[in-house]
Amino acid sequence: MEELFSVIGNAAFAASILRVTTPILLAALGAAVASQAGCLNMGLEGIMLFSALTGVFVSSLTGSAVWGSWAGLAAGVLIGGALGALLGYLVLTLKTDATLAGVALNTIGSNGTVFLLYVWTGSSGISSSHKSFVLPDLEIPLLKDIPVLGTIFSGQNVVTYLAFALVLALIFFLYKTPLGLRIRAVGLNPDAADSVGINVVRMRYLAYILSGVLAGIGGAYMSMGYVSWFARDMTSGRGFIALAASAMGRSTPVGTTVASLLFGFTMALSNSMQTLSIPYELVEAVPYACTIVALSVYAYHQVRKSKKARK
Amino acid sequence: MSTGKEGKKRGLLHDTASRFEVIRMVVAILIGAAITAVVIFAVSETPLESLRCMFFGPIERVRYLFNVLELMVPLIFTGVAISVVFSAKQFNLAAEGIFFFGGMVAAVTAIALKLPKGLHAAVCVLLAALLGGLLGALPGLLKYKWNASELVISLMLNYVCFSMSMYVIKNYFRDKNAGAIVSYVFEETAPMTKLVAKYRLTTGGALLAVAACVLLYFFLYKTRWGFAIRSAGENMNFTRYAGLPVAFAVIGSQAISGVVAGIGGAVEMLSMYTRFQWTMLTGYGWDGVIVAIFAKNNPKYVPLAAGFLAWLRIGADIMLRRTGVQMEIVKVIQAIIIVLLVAESFLAKTRHKMVVKEATAEAAGAKEVA
Repeated sequence: MEELFSVIGNAAFAASILRVTTPILLAALGAAVASQAGCLNMGLEGIMLFSALTGVFVSSLTGSAVWGSWAGLAAGVLIGGALGALLGYLVLTLKTDATLAGVALNTIGSNGTVFLLYVWTGSSGISSSHKSFVLPDLEIPLLKDIPVLGTIFSGQNVVTYLAFALVLALIFFLYKTPLGLRIRAVGLNPDAADSVGINVVRMRYLAYILSGVLAGIGGAYMSMGYVSWFARDMTSGRGFIALAASAMGRSTPVGTTVASLLFGFTMALSNSMQTLSIPYELVEAVPYACTIVALSVYAYHQVRKSKKARK
Repeated sequence: MSTGKEGKKRGLLHDTASRFEVIRMVVAILIGAAITAVVIFAVSETPLESLRCMFFGPIERVRYLFNVLELMVPLIFTGVAISVVFSAKQFNLAAEGIFFFGGMVAAVTAIALKLPKGLHAAVCVLLAALLGGLLGALPGLLKYKWNASELVISLMLNYVCFSMSMYVIKNYFRDKNAGAIVSYVFEETAPMTKLVAKYRLTTGGALLAVAACVLLYFFLYKTRWGFAIRSAGENMNFTRYAGLPVAFAVIGSQAISGVVAGIGGAVEMLSMYTRFQWTMLTGYGWDGVIVAIFAKNNPKYVPLAAGFLAWLRIGADIMLRRTGVQMEIVKVIQAIIIVLLVAESFLAKTRHKMVVKEATAEAAGAKEVA
């Protein structure tokens, strides 16, 4: 137990929370935007995988250590947005059940990326035989010299800063712009929104595309920041954890961020506990088990609250 | 549209509807096949040979046909498991993890207990069924009591099932003399008897798979409880106001699904292996989703759907071995077909035309009589 606390009390551990939270947060923001418009994006996992592979592929193709990873990120974002649009097409235009469309997209993501990886590298497991580049870490002047805070907040990957900046951007977008208001209106009451002339389907398309873009950034980070290669099924459930985080955060940017940090904490914990003498499999299950418990507690709380409100 | 008994007019429209469903399925599969062909032509050096292997490979040898049957068994179990929850519109996808967990339970029981032949396998299967049912019921209970998303919880449960199973095998039943991470060899009394000596298909496995389809078909379509499940899938409020057991529809359907998935894992373990050697999730739970959609969530059609899927998989496997085209492509194609099948608006115009044609013909017929 003492060992455990010495791990958690470490500034490097706090830094690792931010690192681990980044992809979950980005995908969770994606889930939250969709949910604000009254849509379900079940396909986050598949979108992240495609973006992760695309990022590595494009950055490797450029062969440039300077801007290769940025091109990769851009390509990953583009693919993410395109897949978000595709999901929107399936759900909104073809009227496919959103859950099943998401499951299908995840299946295509999981197997399609392996297939493409094989066509590209000849390996169906990992892309490390082809050199790809990572997005840079940022040292923040002044901050980096402060003892504990510097370790935690400076020297993170550029996408980590981007993710938290996007939280602020999303707050602004959803609550301070007319477009954001329309998206929320469509989510709250599509009929009312329709009656005042808002194009419900168009708003929902936009939400799916934004959702895909955010998940795409998260996916690109996985293969070009979190690690420096693509491996099959490398997202290992982060897309689903993101859904849970968005549900727990009531799909608000702030709530979703807090919930994502919670899941990031358990995941970072499970990473650093692997150095302790606890069996690997038990540690590995921690984030998922925590998600179940957290989601149940949250649901219980919601039910209690609505009961009280009725009284 | 659910029965053809509501008079001639409804009956006619019903016929049109089901005829349309068949057309839609055929078109979806043809589109899938066409995409497969395009992809294979793009990546394979011997595209025609690859295609032939994939679609007609399995009839070449008796062994391949048995491979199809062997693969059908787990697909039937997870297909039925998912059909039951989807009938109630509960998106519990824990079948993936429970299948794995059921396999682990059966393996542990097969190693740890000493029982007579026959009884041993039965105990393995029963234990897996029991624990599978409990695991399946958990998301159902949380959904019913507190309205927690059964979808997200069941997905998380899959990862927990996987880790726990690997933990038990690695720390308590691992055969350290073997190179890979595998358990001890099962007691000789545990594995199921082979149907034909040379092949791995077992009598018990085949019978249980058939029984699962028959029993759950009767349960879902011929009993009050089954009706409660299906009506909850159509309209939860109706179910509630009709006084049907809503709690059963939500929790029971998920528990039953867990039982079937658990049995599936146990049967797979006792049919195909002599020791536990899985190191990653099997994917049969996700395949179950595909099977259930093909079968329209009706256990009656699950064997057909599972057979179709198994045929493609074995074909793809033959293709991989002969011509080196990766079999992941098959799963991509399946997902595309699935989307086309569940997309309400896919071919909606054709449906409209068919209904109009039918109605016009009928009206003309009525005029002539007058």
